[in-house]
Amino acid sequence: MLTQAGVIGRSVPRLEDAPLVRGNGLFAADVNFPRQLAMRVVRSQVAHGTLRTIDIAAAQVLPGVIAVWTHADVADIPPIPFRATKLQGLEPYCQPILANRRVRYVGEPIAVVFAETAYIAEDAADLVLPEIDDLPVVLDAKAPPSDFAPGMSTEPAVVRKEFGDVDAAFAAAFDTITLDLSVGRHSGVPLECRGAIARYDAAQDVLELHGTAKKQHWNRDEIARLLNRPPHGVHLFEGHVGGGFGVRGELYPEDLLVCLAALRLGRPVKWIEDRREHMLATNHSREQQHQVRAAIDADGRLLAIDAVFWHDQGAYVRTHGARVADLAAAMLPGPYRLPAYRVAGHFRLTNKTPAATYRAPGRFETTFVRERLMDAIAARLNLSPIELRRRNLIASAEMPHPRPLDALGTDVVLDSGDYAGLLDRALVRIGWNALQTTLQRRRAAGERVGAGLGFFVEKSGLGPSDGVRISIDHTGGVELVSGAASVGQGVETVLAQIAADTLGVEYRRIRVVRGRTDRIEFGNGAHASRVTVMSGSATHLAAQAIRAMALATAAPLLQARPEELTLANGHVARLDAAGIGLMSLAEVARHMGPGSKLMIGRTPGLTAERWFYSDHMTYPYGVHIAVVRLDEGTGQVRVERYLVAYDVGRAVNPMLVEGQIAGGVAQGLGGALFEEFRYDATGQPLSTTFADYLIPTVSEIPELDVLITEDAPSPLNPLGVKGAGEGGINGVGAAIAAAVDDALGRPGAITALPILPTTVHGLLHA
Amino acid sequence: MPDHHTITLLLNGIPHTIAVEPRRTLIDAIREDCGATGTHTGCEHGVCGACTVLLDGEPIRSCLMFAVQADNRQIRTVEGLADGATLHRMQQAFIDHHALQCGYCTPGFLMLAVSLLEANPNITDDALRDGLSSNLCRCTGYVNILRAVRAVAAELRA
Repeated sequence: MLTQAGVIGRSVPRLEDAPLVRGNGLFAADVNFPRQLAMRVVRSQVAHGTLRTIDIAAAQVLPGVIAVWTHADVADIPPIPFRATKLQGLEPYCQPILANRRVRYVGEPIAVVFAETAYIAEDAADLVLPEIDDLPVVLDAKAPPSDFAPGMSTEPAVVRKEFGDVDAAFAAAFDTITLDLSVGRHSGVPLECRGAIARYDAAQDVLELHGTAKKQHWNRDEIARLLNRPPHGVHLFEGHVGGGFGVRGELYPEDLLVCLAALRLGRPVKWIEDRREHMLATNHSREQQHQVRAAIDADGRLLAIDAVFWHDQGAYVRTHGARVADLAAAMLPGPYRLPAYRVAGHFRLTNKTPAATYRAPGRFETTFVRERLMDAIAARLNLSPIELRRRNLIASAEMPHPRPLDALGTDVVLDSGDYAGLLDRALVRIGWNALQTTLQRRRAAGERVGAGLGFFVEKSGLGPSDGVRISIDHTGGVELVSGAASVGQGVETVLAQIAADTLGVEYRRIRVVRGRTDRIEFGNGAHASRVTVMSGSATHLAAQAIRAMALATAAPLLQARPEELTLANGHVARLDAAGIGLMSLAEVARHMGPGSKLMIGRTPGLTAERWFYSDHMTYPYGVHIAVVRLDEGTGQVRVERYLVAYDVGRAVNPMLVEGQIAGGVAQGLGGALFEEFRYDATGQPLSTTFADYLIPTVSEIPELDVLITEDAPSPLNPLGVKGAGEGGINGVGAAIAAAVDDALGRPGAITALPILPTTVHGLLHA
Repeated sequence: MPDHHTITLLLNGIPHTIAVEPRRTLIDAIREDCGATGTHTGCEHGVCGACTVLLDGEPIRSCLMFAVQADNRQIRTVEGLADGATLHRMQQAFIDHHALQCGYCTPGFLMLAVSLLEANPNITDDALRDGLSSNLCRCTGYVNILRAVRAVAAELRA
């Protein structure tokens, strides 16, 4: 039994699993309230146009229809806001909750129907007839800017960052390398579509929103502001969440619409997105075009990088503002020593579904760009890609390594790492030298096989703060209330392990509450690989406080000094006899109850809330190595082997870390080889089903090896942890591209993701 | 409700007599009319397999079938796997091998995996992989799903 100290670092089974394998989960569609109405959104079928009129008469009279709204009905609600970066001037590009005179992408909400059942609502939505005059579409983010509206450019901002003397570095360079690269449009696409169920509790004067995820407290504050209610009159609830990956839990038009309707119509309102809607309406991500130049010395050492990229934001600025472009600009330099750097990220509006974050936002893209660049430099100088990287990796003696850049409003300081050490361990793990021999022999026999790698630095643990409150009740039960959320990654188990380690209780006895604004006043949610770092550290601090309180309370009762005592097996025990429980935590809690004489004049309860603050992110790092075989007949890329080596500082639950990596790799393979939101020349989306938008199945998954290392604990938090959520996906595009190059025997052949069979077939037979 | 049909779904051995429109999908009937929300809707066009249930023992996409087509037929869903407090060995294997993260695809995968092994306990590894490739998971990368199902297959062969 894992009852005490030592549960951190162990691959214990998850607390989350029991209801999920029994079908007892509570996902958005499983939430129902008596007398609820169904909402259906009518969406634009035109990519760009003037919305002249909307005929709702036929829909309104369909039996079972309660209301049909267009923009005029919601004109008092401001557009959906965003979390700001330093960039100014994005506000006029935000999305109204229903289109106002102009439609800007196929899928844009233009009307909503409320009806007694979802079937009737969908019937009625088909009867809504908009009249739209087509306008010219913008589909290429790199085209010259045009007008978003009179006097407003489709380029509202350019993200610029710079350090060192870039021009001087290029003037003095031994050589320069220039590449044109692009990453396609793809996204998180969780298996559960979005859902939102709103209910107004008139007795309490509280508006409830269910089916929420990720960022409940920010969303609560914004919903309250937009609907002109006090924040404590709005509460968000999280049940089970069917995958997040960045896209779920942001504030979307539909969230506001159900809230508004619940208030106005006086009945609960339920909206469940269908898959086609999801492909049209939920955030897209990734699409960028890059022009990148490197200045190098004769040994292949980087002197400067000068990068320009065009970020396809789609039709509106959404809740992330320009964060993906900001992260791309900040994270492009990666793990390499870089004396000078200049980047200009052109943030462009187009007539596609709006974009925001998807797992490893800005890093999947720029790792592909940077590692393509490193491979090109190696090829130019006739060096091995390994040797070229060794010459440029930041050494562990240079840690912490400040980089004169900011990312998400924090200064970038690479906190710890042994990059070259991890590269060596990865090469040994996959047997790189023997692999090269095997690949040469197979190529000599006519197979088109190759190997490649991508090295990257991730970021995690975004602050500024998170809090946790732990309470032990009079039965010894432990409740942990966190401002974090869960998107299915195992938050409950990880926080319970961290608390159990200090409290000396079985981790299964800890109930973890998350994603509820009614249980804790503040929270920063689950995103940016931050929960284990931020909420995990807060958990550690709160558990330490409880431990100190329990020992201080028990000591006089046991006629001992607190420092002679410890917690083990749910009991207070002497340090020198930890196996003998002297007083249970339940008894301690009773002594601290409101009726206890010990507590007269004090705040009762064995309960503590603690906050962890951080103004710097922590930076995990990793290397991916791929082995691929190309099919000469079809151009298909078969991934035979895949290794991820990733340093997370400290793994709270290695099984869960490996699970995060494996899932990330599969998604990365999707983005590298299969997934793309395509549009025709008029802006009609061509990838609106799972038959067109190809998510990898088990058949596409290679033999995967995951090497989790703990060489470089973070000095920025008491546990030494770094986030594990995004290292599995970050380097996949880079590693696969390098491996395909190698199999083709043509360095630099791959310049775009996804690498489609037609491209490979063309290169094989060029 | 003149256009409603009265049908009986034999859901995990229990008859549910319900009145449905002819166009009502089987998954909606199972979830909304019978209250068994363990089966999930993932795409409504028959690709992802989240809605997989066993109809007279065969795995089917319950989003692609009308409820009236399942009248008086045996339907097994995830709620029917465990025997009281005792989990089905496939459920236990999914927990032991960390074969689920968000858990949304899990009921569909459990039903698919159970049916593959019930149909052929000596299924080859290639056929197992091929069978499992009919459902989508976005969290796990499938590695641990494959491990869990292989472990149960090995137990059955032992």
